[in-house]
Amino acid sequence: MIRFEGVTKEYADGTTAVGGLSLNAPTGAITVLVGPSGCGKTTSLRMVNRMIEPTAGRITIDGEDTATMDPARLRRGIGYVIQHAGLFPHRTVVDNVATVPRLLGWDRRKARDRSMELLERVGLPAELARRYPHQLSGGQQQRVGVARALAADPPVMLMDEPFSAVDPVVREQLQDEFLRLQAELGKTILFVTHDIDEAVKLGDQVAVLRVGGRLAQLDAPGRLLADPADDFVAEFVGRDRGYRGLAFRPAPPLEPREEPTVPLGAAPEEVRRVTADWVLVVDAGRPVGWVEPRAIDAPVTTDRLHRGGTVARLDGSLRAILDAALSSPSGRGVLVDDDGLLLGTVTASAVVAALDGVPRTDPVEPPEPVER
Amino acid sequence: MDWILGHLDDIGGYTVQHAWLAGLPLLLGLAVAVPLGWLARRRSWLYTPIVAGTGLLYTIPSLALFILMPLVLGTRILDEENVIAAMTIYTVALLTRTVADALGAVPDDVVAAATAMGLGPVRRLLTVELPMAVPVIAAGLRVAAVSNVSIVSVAALIGVPQLGVLFTDGFYRDFLDPIVAGLVASALLALLFDLAIVALARVLTPWHRTPAAARSGSEAPS
Amino acid sequence: MTRDVLDWLLDGAHWQGGEGIPLRVWQHVAYSLIAVGIAAVLAVPAGLWVGHTGRGRFLAVNLVGILRAVPSLGLLFASLMILGPKIPGELGVHVPVQVVLVVLAMPPVLAGAYAGVEAVDPAARDAARGMGMQGRDVLLRVELPCALPLVFSGLRSAVLQVVATATLAATVGLGGLGRYLIDGLAVRDYAQMAGGAVLVAALALLLDLLAATLQRLVVSPGLTGKTGRRTAAGETAASSDPRDVGVLTEGSTR
Repeated sequence: MIRFEGVTKEYADGTTAVGGLSLNAPTGAITVLVGPSGCGKTTSLRMVNRMIEPTAGRITIDGEDTATMDPARLRRGIGYVIQHAGLFPHRTVVDNVATVPRLLGWDRRKARDRSMELLERVGLPAELARRYPHQLSGGQQQRVGVARALAADPPVMLMDEPFSAVDPVVREQLQDEFLRLQAELGKTILFVTHDIDEAVKLGDQVAVLRVGGRLAQLDAPGRLLADPADDFVAEFVGRDRGYRGLAFRPAPPLEPREEPTVPLGAAPEEVRRVTADWVLVVDAGRPVGWVEPRAIDAPVTTDRLHRGGTVARLDGSLRAILDAALSSPSGRGVLVDDDGLLLGTVTASAVVAALDGVPRTDPVEPPEPVER
Repeated sequence: MDWILGHLDDIGGYTVQHAWLAGLPLLLGLAVAVPLGWLARRRSWLYTPIVAGTGLLYTIPSLALFILMPLVLGTRILDEENVIAAMTIYTVALLTRTVADALGAVPDDVVAAATAMGLGPVRRLLTVELPMAVPVIAAGLRVAAVSNVSIVSVAALIGVPQLGVLFTDGFYRDFLDPIVAGLVASALLALLFDLAIVALARVLTPWHRTPAAARSGSEAPS
Repeated sequence: MTRDVLDWLLDGAHWQGGEGIPLRVWQHVAYSLIAVGIAAVLAVPAGLWVGHTGRGRFLAVNLVGILRAVPSLGLLFASLMILGPKIPGELGVHVPVQVVLVVLAMPPVLAGAYAGVEAVDPAARDAARGMGMQGRDVLLRVELPCALPLVFSGLRSAVLQVVATATLAATVGLGGLGRYLIDGLAVRDYAQMAGGAVLVAALALLLDLLAATLQRLVVSPGLTGKTGRRTAAGETAASSDPRDVGVLTEGSTR
C-alpha cells in the first residue's frame, strides 16, 4: 500500500502544488488521481518515487518511509510510465525494456529473455524487438513503455498520463489491455490522468484533486458519479453522470426475449420469411449484425450488415445493456453469454422498467485494502 | 599604452575600414544565401548539392582566397573588392544551410494556411516564411559576423588596410601594443555587430517580444 | 590558370623530398588533429557537464561567443610574442600555434556538446531518472549517446575550420600546407598558391569524410533515422480476434 500522510509540496515562490494530501492507494488496486491542470496530481505522483521531494508530510510504501530509502534503489523497485513513453531513442526496443534488469545487475541473457516475455505480454510481436523507438507508432511506443516499467516485476507502478498522447481508438485499446494485464498481475498502481472518463474506467478508486493539491473526493468510481461530494466534483465529473453511472451498476435480472435469426450467407427470400422488420444475422451462434429484409437482393454477406448496434453480456453493466438496446436499429439490444453466444434480445423499455426495481444508491462498496 | 593613445586616429580608421570589409559581405552573402536556401528547400533533390557545395567553400583557406580573387575578378591584388568578394563567399558558405534549415523549420500548417489563402510562392516566402525564419537566420548571421570580423584581419598579410595591419605591424616590429589594440578593437567590433543583429532581429519579430501572457511564472507542474 | 594549377599539382618533383607535398600534408594533419584533440578533451566533458547540470550555461554561451570573436592572426602573433620566449626550442612556435587552433576549435565543440545534451528528449531523461539511474548513469548511458550526433557535428565543424586556419602556421615559420601559400605569395607563384589551397580544401574534405564514417560507426542507428520507416505491424494485431467477424462490437464500458 502507498500511503500519503499530510503530504505537502510548496515551491520557493510560495505556490502550493500539493496541500496536506492524505490518502491510501491499496495494494493490488488501481488508484487514479484526477483533476484539472494545476491540481498537483503529477507532483503527488512524482513525490512517491522522490523525483520531487515533499516539503512536509511523509509517504510510505508498505509501511516503509520513502524518505529513508536511497532514491535510486527506491525507483528501481517502482515501475514508472510517462506520457510520451520516454523511450531511449538510441536503444532497440528489447534493450529499452531490459534497462532496469540490467541496472539491477541481471546478466544480459536473462534480461533479454525477460524483455521478450514482456513484449509478448503487452501485445507486441517479437519482430519489433530489434527496432528502434522511432520506427514504432505512438501506441506501440506506449506499450514498450509499459513493458519497460514491468521489466523487474516491481510491486508498485506509477503511471503519469500514459495514454493521453495517443489517438482515441488506440487509447481505448491500450486501456482495455491495461485492465486485462492488471487483472493478471495485481500491481499496486497510482495512475494520473486529467480525463475523468479514463479515471472512472480504470480506477478501483478515484481521487479527485482540486487546484492547490487538495483532495476533493476519494471514492469508488460508481459512488463518485452517483454522489459527488460538492459542486466542484459534480462539475468536474460532468454531465451524463447518471447515465455513465449505470456502468457501475450490475444488471437487474432480465429475461432475454428469443430473437429469430438467419445465418450469414442466407438468401434474400430466407431473410424475408423471418420478418419484415430488422433481422439478426448469426455466425456459428454468435451475433454478427442486423439486416433489413427490404434492402436485401443477394445472399447476406458481412459488408451488407448494418453498422451500428453494440452487444452486451447478460451479466454486464446496466450501461452496456441499455446502450445495446439504444444503439440497435431494431430497438432490440443483443445479449450474449461469456463466450459471445447469442442469448436473446431486450428492449430499452424493458431495461428501464427493470431499472425501477433496483436501488438507486450505489451498491458498489469502495474497495477494501487488499493485504497480501 | 602610450602607443595606443597616440594612434587612436589610426586605430579608428582601421576599425571603420574593417567594419566595411566584414559588414558589407554579410549583406551581400545574405542576399545570395536566401534564394539559394529557398531553392534547396523547394527542390529537395537540390538540397544536398547546394548545402554541401556552399559548405565546401568554407574549407578554402582565407589567405588563398584573398590572393586568388584577382585572378577570378580581374582586380588588382590590393583592391578591397577581393576581400569583399572572398568574405561574401564565406558568408554564403555559412548562411545557405542556415537559411535552408530555417525555412524548413517553418511549421507545415502555417505554410499550408498561407497557400490556402492564395499566397503565391514568392509572396509566401517574403510575407510568411522569411519573417518566421528570422530568429534562426539571425543566429546564423551572428556566427557569420564574428567569423568575418576575425577572418578579415588575415587580409593584412597581403597588405589590405584594416585592423589586421596592427597585427602584422606589431609582429614585424616585435611590439605588443598594436596587437593588443587590434585584438580589443576587433572584439568590440564583433560585439557591436552581434548587438546590431540581435536588435534588428527583435525589431523584425515583434511577436517574440510580447511576454507570453498566459504563462504565469508560478505555474506548478500538475 | 587551371592548367597551371594542375601542372603544379601533378609535377612529380613536388611530391618528393624533405619539402614535398606528403610531408606538408602530414605536418598539416598533425597540427590540426592535435588541436582538435586538445579542444575535444577540454570542451566535450565541459559541454556535457553544462548540458547535464544546466549550470554554467551562461558562462559557456558567452565563452563560445568570445572565443569565436578572437581574430586568429592577432592571437597567433600575440601568443608567439608572449609565450615564444618562455618556451625553448621549436616548441616555442608550436605552442602558440596550438593555442590559436585550440581557441578556434573550442566554440563549435563546446556548443555541440552542451546543445547535444540539451536536445535530449526530456521524457527520456525523466524516464531514466524514474527508473533509478544515478546522475552519472543518466549522463553516460542516455544523454551522451543521444548527444553524439551534435557532438560529432561540433567536432567536424572544428576540423574544417582548423584545417583551413592551420595554414597560418606558415606565417610564423612552421610547415604544413600553408607554406605553399606563404612561399607562393613571396614569389608571386599563383599556381603554387592555388595548388596549396586545393590541397587544403581536399584535406579538409578527406578528414570530414573520415569523421563522418566514424560517426556512422559510433552513433546508434536509432538516432539517425536511417533504419527505415515504421510499419503499422502490430498496432492492429490486438483486434485480429477471430470472433470479430461481424460489425457488432461489444460495448466497451468496462
